[in-house]
Amino acid sequence: MKLFGWAIALAAAMAAPAAAQAVNAAGPASATTTTAAPATTALASDQAATQSFQYDAPTPGIGEPVPGGWSTQKQVTEVGQSAADFHNYWLLTVCALICAVVLALLIFVIVRYRRGANPEPSRTSHNTVIEVIWTVIPVLILVAIAIPSIRLMRAQYAFPKADLTVKVVGNQWYWTYDYPDNGGIEIVSNILKEKDDPTLRKGERYRTDADGPPLLAVDERMVIPAGKVVKFIVTSNDVIHSFAMPSFWTKIDANPGMLNETWVKVDRPGVYFGQCSELCGARHGYMPIVIDVVTPERFAQWIASKGGTMPGATQAAAPAGATVAPAPAVAATGTPPEAQPIPTTSTAVNGAATND
Amino acid sequence: MSTTPADALHLEQPGFGHAAEHHADHKPGFFVRWFMSTNHKDIGTLYLIFAITAGIIGGSISGIMRWELMEPGIQVLNRAWPLGAGTANFDEWTHHWNALITAHGLIMVFFMVMPAMMGGFGNWFVPLMIGAPDMAFPRMNNISFWMLVPAFILLLGSTFVSGGTGPGAGTGWTLYAPLSTSGSPGAAVDMVIFSIHLAGVSSILGAINFITTIFNMRAPGMTLHKMPLFVWSVLVTAFLLLLALPVLAGAITMLLTDRNFQTTFFDASGGGDVVLYQHLFWFFGHPEVYIMILPGFGIISQVVSTFSRKPVFGYLGMAYAMVAIGVVGFVVWAHHMFVTGMSLDTKMYFTAATMIIAVPTGVKIFSWIATMWGGSLTFETPMLFAIGFIFLFTIGGVTGVVLANGGVDTYMTDTYYVVAHFHYVLSLGAVFSLFAGFYYWFGKMSGRMYNEFLGKVHFFLMFIGVNLIFFPQHFLGLDGMPRRIPDYTPAFAEWNYVSTVGYMITAAAMGVFFVNLFWSLAAGKKAIGNYWGPSATTLEWTLPSPPPFHQFETLPKID
Repeated sequence: MKLFGWAIALAAAMAAPAAAQAVNAAGPASATTTTAAPATTALASDQAATQSFQYDAPTPGIGEPVPGGWSTQKQVTEVGQSAADFHNYWLLTVCALICAVVLALLIFVIVRYRRGANPEPSRTSHNTVIEVIWTVIPVLILVAIAIPSIRLMRAQYAFPKADLTVKVVGNQWYWTYDYPDNGGIEIVSNILKEKDDPTLRKGERYRTDADGPPLLAVDERMVIPAGKVVKFIVTSNDVIHSFAMPSFWTKIDANPGMLNETWVKVDRPGVYFGQCSELCGARHGYMPIVIDVVTPERFAQWIASKGGTMPGATQAAAPAGATVAPAPAVAATGTPPEAQPIPTTSTAVNGAATND
Repeated sequence: MSTTPADALHLEQPGFGHAAEHHADHKPGFFVRWFMSTNHKDIGTLYLIFAITAGIIGGSISGIMRWELMEPGIQVLNRAWPLGAGTANFDEWTHHWNALITAHGLIMVFFMVMPAMMGGFGNWFVPLMIGAPDMAFPRMNNISFWMLVPAFILLLGSTFVSGGTGPGAGTGWTLYAPLSTSGSPGAAVDMVIFSIHLAGVSSILGAINFITTIFNMRAPGMTLHKMPLFVWSVLVTAFLLLLALPVLAGAITMLLTDRNFQTTFFDASGGGDVVLYQHLFWFFGHPEVYIMILPGFGIISQVVSTFSRKPVFGYLGMAYAMVAIGVVGFVVWAHHMFVTGMSLDTKMYFTAATMIIAVPTGVKIFSWIATMWGGSLTFETPMLFAIGFIFLFTIGGVTGVVLANGGVDTYMTDTYYVVAHFHYVLSLGAVFSLFAGFYYWFGKMSGRMYNEFLGKVHFFLMFIGVNLIFFPQHFLGLDGMPRRIPDYTPAFAEWNYVSTVGYMITAAAMGVFFVNLFWSLAAGKKAIGNYWGPSATTLEWTLPSPPPFHQFETLPKID
């Protein structure tokens, strides 16, 4: 992964204002909402920030696993669609054909050359022509796989100019999403417990079907605009996690001390579910990822509801650079009364190393 | 490859085995024979007993895992140890899950497949097949085995000491830093690291022993190009062990110092790199998967040739295909790391290199079928397992080609698709070849024949069972289910249920296997020297069953 200069700058800028407290102790139980740091600037006040935002309801069968499903999830990105087509229509066909040929040959020799049918074995143990054939044909098949495969990888690494950057940080065992382009708001995303979970605290929000399927729903979703190129910068605060969204064909490890990046462009608004995909300790199975893709207008509303700013508005309000620095200015809007403020998760990247 | 030499027969004529035993054997007493053994056959037997014991433990652990995954929710991890954590703490339940998957992986790789393949069959049959009286370094052979025992005790013992959130190492068999360093306080991970150190030393010594034996102790006339393919496979595997295991030893030593001596090899805050560990681990880890399967290739070649009543088709191609797999297997490791954040060029290279391995593997598959082509096939249990192996390994192979594509792997990696893939090549590939070898040589090793009917019941039950376990896991992976999770959203329930039913059938098959094993040992028909007939041409069939305590005191000559 190439490290772009601006990524370093971004990391540094975000690291500077952060309070840099360790909040690893804050598990799903204690972190139920977004950061509720007191607003210290007037940025949020003129954004009608108090309006609540209506999240999308999930569509069964899209953006989430299909009960009893046996194929890839429906893809909603162009890259994902081409990858799924490559797998479903080309790779799978080749695989099935190879298995069918091997099976047919096996059945043929079992029937034709069983001792009852062929009591006298031949002594043939060489045939150069056939040996060359079964070396060359697999090579040709592999070339026919490698060419579209390389095309796919190029598309995944195309990195078009980003309209929005979201910094994704893995923690044991929740995700935080920072929006450096939008006043540095930070979303802390925890799994939602079931209503009958004995560890559910009084007044704690529990999962409903509007949130998503069990074990996949979170209290605070990442929200991104539809039809826009969104760049994810992914890192971790503790152990390795992996940021995965099957319906975008996206997965990238969150390595502590490194910045990884990937990008998506989702055209279809909707709710999409993924899960942490690298073993990260006890609650590895309990840190889902939910991305709500909304129209750009609704995205602006959501940003406002979180106390953030849209880049254009920010430019007008303050000179570039100054807008990033007062990042902790996040209004405590949309916060349920029982929620406890938790410290801002440190976004400092130790050493900011990359595997360039 | 080799015809029976006349002067090998005058000492140990098949059918006169018990007569030869009397004056040729100087068997020591029980303790000296089994605890201070320098005899390759006894050490091979010890390895097989060890591997079967470890297999029962590792297989039982997978039973706990499949039971837990049978339905959504936590049903088993909240129970008493060892099924669950034995506490009321949710994090300890899920940590117990991680300890189970870690133990299952490590046991099956280091304490079941490797000891059975190399230690068991390798020790038993490499000297016999090349016409050698024993291994080159008999005492080193003994310490190779006896280092595995404390290694296994350390691994099992680690489940009783703290691994951070709960008892046992919850890092996965890959021991990725920093979960295995700062992420797992407590002695459990240290014990696991020591365990792998010991097992690694054991394997390195074994590898040195095999290489020396095969290069120096072949009978007169047994050129490299006349060696049975099983010996070839062990030779290639020994080189892989020798080159790969020191890298693992280095990597886990760095883990150890990161854990205990404040080094920062894998900690970015001190200038280290978490991905470095993965590179080191998989530089060992990918050759390791060939270490587990190559001896199986050798076994399958012997079995297919015997029951087709034909020499192996394309012998040289088969031998050098294994060499090619071994060589290329060292330069493909980062295909396990496609989503760690590598550059496009690196990803393209590892995609291409990985796919190349499919070519020699394809040569092997087609050569086995060509060996059967024109043959006169009978379908005793070893042959059934060999045919099952060829088909199932093909399935595991083609899903490997799918996963080799870096762009496609983005979706599949760390999902159940990968679990399905590597169990098709290991649990169905390596284990089927182990059973093929076990049934093939059981009479030779024990002197008694297994029960053919029970053997066939075992095969068919197991074939159905393992396919029911692992084929639906492809679907789960494609539907997005991540690996290493103790609970899942209800959408994954159907196929997980099927998978668990498959486990039950496989467990029943294993029950049949053990009934067969103990019944045959106690009451099986006495085995003659070459019970498979003239198509079993390798040198072990010139000896009585079981072979005398010392064989080939006069070296056989190969024309």
